[in-house]
Amino acid sequence: MAQPKDFGFGAEERMVRDGARKLLREQAGIETLRKLVARDHREAYESAVQPARFDERLWQQMVALGWTALAVPEAAGGVGMRTIAVAALAEEVGRAALPSPLIATLIGTAVLRAAAARGCEAAAAWLGRVAAGEAVSLAATGTDGGWEPESTDVRAAATGGGVTLAGSAHFVQDARKARFFVVAAADTGGVGLYAVPADAPGLMIHPDRIVDLTRDQARVELRDVAVDGAAVVAPPGEGAAVLADALPAILAIVAADMCGAAEWQLQTTAEYARVRTQFDHPIGFFQAVKHPIVNMMIAVDRARSLTYAAACAVDAEPAEALRLARMAKAAASDAAAFCSDRSVQLHGGIGFTWECDVHLYFKRQQHNEALYGDAAYQRGRIAEMLGDR
Amino acid sequence: MSEQRRDTPEQAEFREYCRRWLAESKPAPPSFRLPITPIEVMTEEQRDYLCAWEKRCYQAGLLACDYPKEYGGGGHQGFQAVATAEMGRAGVPYLINVIGLSMAAPTILHHGTEEQKRRFLPPLFAADEIWCQGFSEPNAGSDLASAASPAVRQGDNWVINGHKVWTSLAHFASWMIMLCRTSTEHKHKGLTYFLVPIANTKGVTVRPLIKMTGETGFNEVLFEDVVVPDAMRVDEVGKGWTVAMTTLTYERGAAEGAGSGGGISLDARIAELVALAKRMQRNGKPAWDDPLVRDRVAELAIRVEGMRQSLRRMRVEALIDDPMRLPLQQKVQASELMQDIARAAVEIEGPYGSLYVGDERAPDNGHWPLAFMNSYGFTIAAGSNEIQRNILGERVLGLAKSK
Repeated sequence: MAQPKDFGFGAEERMVRDGARKLLREQAGIETLRKLVARDHREAYESAVQPARFDERLWQQMVALGWTALAVPEAAGGVGMRTIAVAALAEEVGRAALPSPLIATLIGTAVLRAAAARGCEAAAAWLGRVAAGEAVSLAATGTDGGWEPESTDVRAAATGGGVTLAGSAHFVQDARKARFFVVAAADTGGVGLYAVPADAPGLMIHPDRIVDLTRDQARVELRDVAVDGAAVVAPPGEGAAVLADALPAILAIVAADMCGAAEWQLQTTAEYARVRTQFDHPIGFFQAVKHPIVNMMIAVDRARSLTYAAACAVDAEPAEALRLARMAKAAASDAAAFCSDRSVQLHGGIGFTWECDVHLYFKRQQHNEALYGDAAYQRGRIAEMLGDR
Repeated sequence: MSEQRRDTPEQAEFREYCRRWLAESKPAPPSFRLPITPIEVMTEEQRDYLCAWEKRCYQAGLLACDYPKEYGGGGHQGFQAVATAEMGRAGVPYLINVIGLSMAAPTILHHGTEEQKRRFLPPLFAADEIWCQGFSEPNAGSDLASAASPAVRQGDNWVINGHKVWTSLAHFASWMIMLCRTSTEHKHKGLTYFLVPIANTKGVTVRPLIKMTGETGFNEVLFEDVVVPDAMRVDEVGKGWTVAMTTLTYERGAAEGAGSGGGISLDARIAELVALAKRMQRNGKPAWDDPLVRDRVAELAIRVEGMRQSLRRMRVEALIDDPMRLPLQQKVQASELMQDIARAAVEIEGPYGSLYVGDERAPDNGHWPLAFMNSYGFTIAAGSNEIQRNILGERVLGLAKSK
C-alpha cells in the first residue's frame, strides 16, 4: 500500500475541517473559553471538587453535525471517514482548547473500531451509540501511569453468564463527561476490553485535581461491577492487540490536538510581538524575540506534517502507521513544550498572569505532552524500530 | 514508493524509464575520493568524472526535463521531480553544475533575453559550461544589497571592477551570475544583474580560499576593468535585486530548478548513524546501547521524516496556511539537520572522532569530522540562517523588519 500524495485530504475532509473551524471560532472563541473555565481562579483550584464545565448545547450541535459519527464505520451507523479527517477535526478542537469529551470520544472510537475490525459484534453496537452522540472514554491506565495495556489494575472474573470487574482505572480523560468507558481488565487469560456505562452500579468516579482547566480527569473505580456478554468488546487475551491496533490513531489524535493548540500559541505570540511596543519598536523587531517565534513555527510545522502523515498512514499504509504516529507524538509534544514556554516568556509580565489567556493553552499542552507517552518515551520506541532495521 | 500512486501515465512511464536507465548507467565508483558535496570539488579528475556523468544524465533526458525544447530542455511538465527522486533513490553521484542548474538556469529562464536563453541554457545543462555565483563581497554578506562592485556603462559595454568572495566552483567556472552596483543613489535599485565570463577573461583573477577543513573549493574573484557587452545584462538596469531574489528563491530550495539529485539521502545518513553507533564502543558497550545516544538519533530521524513530510505537504494547498511558510523553512531545516547529524556522528565516534581524512583508523575514512566542519558552509551560505529567520518572521508572521 502507498499513501496518497495529498494525505487523503480531499474536498470532504476539507469541509469537515473548515466547518469545525468556523463553528468553534463563532461559538467557542477565547472570550467564551475564559468565561467558561477561568472566570474564577478560586473556583478552579480551591473548590472541593473542580468543576468540569463544558458547553452542552455546543456538544449537541457537534453531535448533530456528525462529529462523533465521523470515525464510526458506516456499517455501525456512522460516516466512516478516514483518520485524516479525524485528525483535522482534533486539530480544530486543540486550536480552540475546547472543553468537551470529543477527543476522548475520538480515541474511544479508535479502540472500538479496532475491536470491530477484529470481528467483534458487540463493538459495533457500542460504536452505534457513539455515532448517536454518547461520549466514551478509554479507561486503561494503571496506577503506575504506564501506557502499555498490561499496566491495567482492573481485574476481571467470570461469574455465571457474565464478568465482574474490580479495581481502578487511573488518569481517565474527561471521565465526568463520558456516558460509558472502555475498560481494560486482566484475568488469567490476559487483558480484555469491556464497555461499561458511567451509571453502572458499582462504578464510582473520583475526580483528580488537575492543572489543565479545559478538561477533567478521574480515577474510575469499579466495585465488583457486573457486565454481560454485550459489554465484551475484546475477549481476554485480545485486549492488548486491539489497543495496539488503535495506538497509531490515538497518538495521531492527541498530536493533532497539540498541533492546533500550538498554532494558536504561535499566532497569539506573533500578534503580541506585532503590537507590544518597547524601546520605540514592536518587540518582534528584536531578534531575541523574532527568532524564537520563528522556531515555534518550525516546530509546529514539523509536528503538523508528521501528524497528517501518521493519520494518512492509519488507513493507507498501516505498516508505517505506528512509526509515523510515534514520530508525530514526539514532535508534537516537543512543539507543545516549546510553544508553551515561549508563549508565556515572550508575553512578559502579563504572560505570567491569570488574565492573559496563554496559561489556558500552556496547561492543556502540558497535559497532552504526557498522554500516551511523552516525547522521550516515543523516541525510545523509535530507536527500537531504527535499531531493528 | 509513495510517489508512484499519483503519477500521471506519462510520469509513470518516465519513472520506469529513469529507473531502468539509472540501473544500467550508474557509473563505477572512481578510484579517487569524491568530496561530500559538489561545492568542494577540487581536482580536475573529480571534475571530469562528475561532468561526464552529468552530461550523460542530460543526454538521457533526466535534466532540464521541464524546460522548453527550444532552450535544450525536454519540454515536459512534472518530469523533473520524478527524475530527481529517482536519481536520489539510485544512489548515483551528485551533479557538479549545481549553481548552473538550480540557480543560473531558472534565473535566465525567468529574466533572460531570448538570445541569452538560447546561448546559455544548452551548454549549462550538458555541463559543458560550469557556473558560479558572484553575490557576496567582503563587506556585503548578510547585508547583500550593500554589494559595491561597480559596473560602469561605456557605449555598448559595461566595465566591471570589484571583489567577490565565497565563490564556489569559480576555479572551474566559465560563467558567473553577478550582482553589480550601477548606481550609488539607491541601495536596492542601484543593483544590476550580469552574466560575466570568468575563464580566460582579461582582468579576472580567481584565487582559492582555504576553508577551515583545509580544503579549497571556493574562491575569491577579483575584477579589474573587465569589459562585458550590454547583451550580458539580465533584465533592466536597476532591477538586479529583483533578479537576485529569483536566484535566491531557488538557492534556498524554495523552488525547483533544472535538476538536482544523486548524492546520499538524509535517510541513508540516519541508517549510517545507527550502524556507526552499533560499531563504536562506549564504556565497554556499543554506543547504541546508551539511551542518550538512542534518544539523539531518534530525534534526528524524526526531523528527517518531518522534513520529508513537509515537502509533501507543501504541495497540498488545503493543508498550508501561507504559500511561503514551508518553502522558506527548507534551507534552515536542511542545513541544521546536516550539521546536527554530523555533530552526533563525531560524538558517537568518541576518540575516533579525532581522526581525520587520511588516517587509516579513521571511521568512514574521516567523513564525519569533515562533514561537520563543512556543514557550516550551508548554515552560513545563501543568506545565513539568522537572515532566514528574519525573513520568515517578517514575511510569514508579519513581525517588524529588523533592518
